[in-house]
Amino acid sequence: MKTLKTPITLEKLSDLKAGQDILLSGTVYAMRDKAHALLLKEQKLPFELKGQVIYYMGPTPARPGRPIGSCGPTTSARMDKFTPKIIKKTGIICIIGKGARSVRVCRSMRGRVVYLIAYSGLGALISKCVKSSSVVCYPQLGAEAVFKLEVCRMPLTVAQDIKGANIYGGIK
Amino acid sequence: MKKISSAQIIKTVKEMCISAAHNLPADVLKTLKSSARKENGRAAKILKLCLKNAEIASKEMIPLCQDTGTAVIFAEIGEGLHFKGNLEDALQEGVRQGYREGYLRKSTVADPLFDRVNTQDNCPAVIHICFSKGDKLKLTLLLKGAGAENTSALKMFNPCSAADEIKNFIIDTAKKASSKACPPFVIGVGIGGNFEQCALLAKKALARTCGIYNKDKRYAALEKELLKRVNALNIGPQGLGGKTTALSVNIEFAPCHMASLPVAVNMGCHSSRHITRVL
Repeated sequence: MKTLKTPITLEKLSDLKAGQDILLSGTVYAMRDKAHALLLKEQKLPFELKGQVIYYMGPTPARPGRPIGSCGPTTSARMDKFTPKIIKKTGIICIIGKGARSVRVCRSMRGRVVYLIAYSGLGALISKCVKSSSVVCYPQLGAEAVFKLEVCRMPLTVAQDIKGANIYGGIK
Repeated sequence: MKKISSAQIIKTVKEMCISAAHNLPADVLKTLKSSARKENGRAAKILKLCLKNAEIASKEMIPLCQDTGTAVIFAEIGEGLHFKGNLEDALQEGVRQGYREGYLRKSTVADPLFDRVNTQDNCPAVIHICFSKGDKLKLTLLLKGAGAENTSALKMFNPCSAADEIKNFIIDTAKKASSKACPPFVIGVGIGGNFEQCALLAKKALARTCGIYNKDKRYAALEKELLKRVNALNIGPQGLGGKTTALSVNIEFAPCHMASLPVAVNMGCHSSRHITRVL
């Protein structure tokens, strides 16, 4: 199976094809609805996201001695209203989530972002791939804060590749 | 008269929350296993990963899913039962302690529309109380995640609507939910009652054991037909295709007004977390 390690370039991501299974290692930023809304209000981004991978996820609290709790993907479609603006504002090149996106979002990702999906509802399994996690922004949001994760061989599927081919139909 | 203390209820509800978040019920495990045997390729692989996830969750005490849900409690109170303390307070306290001590995610916000500030303890839980004969307290808990809940639907049909219209509404709801609601689904359907009772019937249907059909043969036949049709949608595990789009379709029904025919579809994910305890 194809393995990828961050930092990744858009060029490297361009090799991926919709439907392909991959294993991702390296840094991933977890954020969801509220963090998206707050980031779009910032005049200057509180941390660098250019060229980074984001993951739609809000974990359960970590038990003592563990890096994280359960940490599967949340529904990507809820982020659809923010995604085109977030791509433009941050320069992210890869998104990890769960499920199909709107046509508008699929178009906005084409040529700029590769969309990957993680196994939905398998948060215990995915937590075994997380080596460390720390809150980098908006700690007041609790589970909805921005987390910086170090992951090792996280199993993912390419839902939309750089050319816009999409396993759910997408742009059509 | 049998007496139950608040402390007993709190302890029981706390344990139920922690257990439900980490242990997939036996009926769901069994259905996932039999579905995995019928699938090939990617769908079979994903269903096996669902089983692996369940194994890791219970062995290592990592919640099955990061969305440990809204706690929904059905409390059936025997008429011969006497409480020391307030039942509602005890149920809420049990949820509070369960979510804190079980390291479960607190997902409840106090105000739905304006400030949406997290209550930090996953309370208030949604509680439905009813009475029954005898002197037992039967508690059923569902941990209901938002991914599937958000794709649920209710429609008020005309009483003379064709059966096909109703079936299509249920199938279409599953189709629209697709990859968003974490298939394979458990689908709870409420038919009849009025607007709010119908939704409640659908929720109750989700607490039923997978693979056991309605006692009424007509509804059991409808459950089987709907399951077959949903599974023919080829949504499959994770929405990536396959024969297993739903594990079960459970229908609950109730009498209704002669001018009404409400139908509610409460979508449930593959991590169908339900648990019952009797005190």
